[in-house]
Amino acid sequence: MNIVNQLQRQFLDYSTSLHREGFVDEQFTQLQKLQDENSPDFVVEVVSLFFEDCEKLINNMASALEQTQGVDFKQVDASVHQLKGSSSSIGAMRVRNACIAFRSFCEAQNRDGCLRCLQQVTHEYSLLKNKLQTLFRLEQQIIAAGGSIPGAD
Amino acid sequence: MVSGNSASSSSLSMKSDEDIVNNNNNLRVLVVDDSPMIRKLHDMYLKKFGLKVQVAENGKQAVDLFHFGASFDLILMDKEMPIMDGEEATKELRTMGVTSMIVGVTSLDSPNEKQAFMEAGLDYFFTKPLTTDNISFILQELNKKNNKN
Repeated sequence: MNIVNQLQRQFLDYSTSLHREGFVDEQFTQLQKLQDENSPDFVVEVVSLFFEDCEKLINNMASALEQTQGVDFKQVDASVHQLKGSSSSIGAMRVRNACIAFRSFCEAQNRDGCLRCLQQVTHEYSLLKNKLQTLFRLEQQIIAAGGSIPGAD
Repeated sequence: MVSGNSASSSSLSMKSDEDIVNNNNNLRVLVVDDSPMIRKLHDMYLKKFGLKVQVAENGKQAVDLFHFGASFDLILMDKEMPIMDGEEATKELRTMGVTSMIVGVTSLDSPNEKQAFMEAGLDYFFTKPLTTDNISFILQELNKKNNKN
């Protein structure tokens, strides 16, 4: 098996594992299908924007939960709701599910619960970021070796 | 008025891609959303259907475009935006006499909030994320509407 085939095999296996482990869902696959020769970096660009969103919203949640005068749970919930929407839009399933749990603690105005959820959301985001960066590196390696990304039209 | 929800997406079939793109070449769409990620995503979805896309970051920018004489066949309107939200922008556009199809695209959970958004003057409502099936439906309805006029 030559180097391109090896890398393509690695890419497919890794991609499958991301779906199997629930990091991404069908919505992410749809995103990949939208990419074409006119927009070869579409997925990387959208995912980068998503990561920027995540960081901003996680910081907002952390600030809101740190308020000693009293936590504005509506403000926390607004950020969680936004993150839930963004993560659904790119198929980031585990981040989205963490947001769903988070919202119920916001509704209950449970600060400790919210802080635990914030940890969970931050953890899921970090994991996803590493996973997708690995996936994109594999893509770059395939292209550098003169191959094409499996599944791309 | 019909509300939709996230349907499972299907890829455009190779046979009908060219026909779909050609039919939609003259349709202009305005995507109104404060998220750069969503604007980019919807822009890409819509361009695949051969649509001409412009974006606005909030409801006020959308309203201003119409004030300055722009016109669009279709507006995809987010609800939660700074400066002017989607509900207020939709009401403002309808008060101005804008008859473009306005489709709400949002991640609202509350039925009351959805109802209020629809009553502001939406033609349809879809939950994020928008899918190719949703867009196909919207374009079918838009073509029916244009054929009636």
